[in-house]
Amino acid sequence: MAAEPQALAAVPVAPLRPTLARLPRRGLGLLLPALLLAGIEIAVRAGWVNGHLLPAPSDVLQALLGLGSADVAGHVLASSLRVALGFVGGALLALAVGTLVGLSRTAEALLDPSFQALRAIPSLAWVPLLLLWLGIDEAPKITLIAIGAFFPVYMGTLSGIRDVDRKLVELARLYGLSGATLARRVLLPAAAPAVLNGLRNGLSLAWMFMVAAELIAATRGLGYLLTDGRELGRADLVFAAILLLATLGKVSDSLMRRWEEHALAWRDSLGSTP
Amino acid sequence: MNSPARLSARPVAELRQAQPAPSPLLHIQVLSKRFGERQILGDVSLSIQPGEIVSLVGASGCGKSTLLRIAAGLDKDFTGLVRCGGGRRPRGPHDIGVVFQEPRLFPWLSVAQNVAFAAGSPPLADARALALLDEVGLAAQARSLPKQLSGGQAQRAAIARALYTEPRVLLLDEPFSAVDAFTRMKLQDLLADVARRHGVTLLLVTHDIEEAVLLGDRVVVLGTAARGIVSEVDVPLPRPRERRDADLAALRTQVLDALHAAHAL
Repeated sequence: MAAEPQALAAVPVAPLRPTLARLPRRGLGLLLPALLLAGIEIAVRAGWVNGHLLPAPSDVLQALLGLGSADVAGHVLASSLRVALGFVGGALLALAVGTLVGLSRTAEALLDPSFQALRAIPSLAWVPLLLLWLGIDEAPKITLIAIGAFFPVYMGTLSGIRDVDRKLVELARLYGLSGATLARRVLLPAAAPAVLNGLRNGLSLAWMFMVAAELIAATRGLGYLLTDGRELGRADLVFAAILLLATLGKVSDSLMRRWEEHALAWRDSLGSTP
Repeated sequence: MNSPARLSARPVAELRQAQPAPSPLLHIQVLSKRFGERQILGDVSLSIQPGEIVSLVGASGCGKSTLLRIAAGLDKDFTGLVRCGGGRRPRGPHDIGVVFQEPRLFPWLSVAQNVAFAAGSPPLADARALALLDEVGLAAQARSLPKQLSGGQAQRAAIARALYTEPRVLLLDEPFSAVDAFTRMKLQDLLADVARRHGVTLLLVTHDIEEAVLLGDRVVVLGTAARGIVSEVDVPLPRPRERRDADLAALRTQVLDALHAAHAL
């Protein structure tokens, strides 16, 4: 009985947990893709699946290296630049329109039904129209990406402004704020959580619309790489392009998320640190 | 220690004759205020002298908060008039400051930036904001975010913000009803203190009779069913006041009686 406290103290502080839980959380997300890639590699090398249809990860890597770093960088840069331009354009417009519609019932009645209808149009349906109107240069591609980015940001801004605490607005009015000043100093900061969520969704949709834009008429970019791979019957190229798309999407989303966490540090919610 | 208080509760009509008001700083005259079919306020006339502290009490639903919102210019849908100072029509933050039941701090601004909100954008935590925070005992929290404050601290910050524009009149709508009893006492003392130091005129809406008597120079009882002001009780006690003072207790009873009488009518 007397020896028991000592025996308890001798137990290590960290309890015996499964090894998985002790891995750093950050790295945990890599586990599944790594297992999947290893499985494919083994399956292809063992001859269980056709390497022409499902290339081994090592072959995909080789295809990427075979393109040459300058070439890969060129594709990535072309696509990223289009996404950046389209996203910024679409998001800025959506912020302005979303604020306006959020503030004015008349603007909502006038504009929102049309936006909801336009939102329902699939990305590929825009392509022929934009090609007819804007030719095959950069303009239709960037416009398509902007359309993709517009709607999530518009929806986020609109709902964010709608949900602003009426009491804060009342206080701001006591200080004589109205119109654009009220929007800048109170409404948009208060709506920031929804707006930033919309921006994140808008960015991921911008990447998707970028692929749709580049599938049609492009000589550079990841969408072009996809088309090229299909036409040449090279699944490894297609996978290489998909890999790049996934990486770029993930990286840009992570950056956006970090910005979001930084900008919303004031929030008193479960996800924020006190 | 305290001089014997002259306790008095007089009907309003008598009061008007007895005190020909020199020139009130705030004059509110509401002939009628309706929410749809229901009349909330009728024939309310309230004049507040410079430096005076007036407590406004009444049964819940009698429209005391509505009256305060009318005074603040937040509710313009009424018949009557509100005059502040020389009757300047556009009332702004330099005429009137408001403290609500909730602190209403902007959560994305620091405490000091909230206090200096009126200074413009982005609000700089200037010397005046810091001095006011010091005065309300929040000097150490100047750079904190509102989410890091307790309820009482947040309300202190709200008081500092209302004083930032150096308003002549401070309107308070049940400012301490959401905090615990001990914090409430400390906040009441703080309010009495800053009101005296800034020489600001106060209109305090409250449902706490003790608070009304403790802080007010005068307690105004608003009747229900749009009957207007039904009674006024002067509180001629010296300051600082002591909660356990027998005169204060007697006045509290008097206000309670007035409230009951108003309700029984």
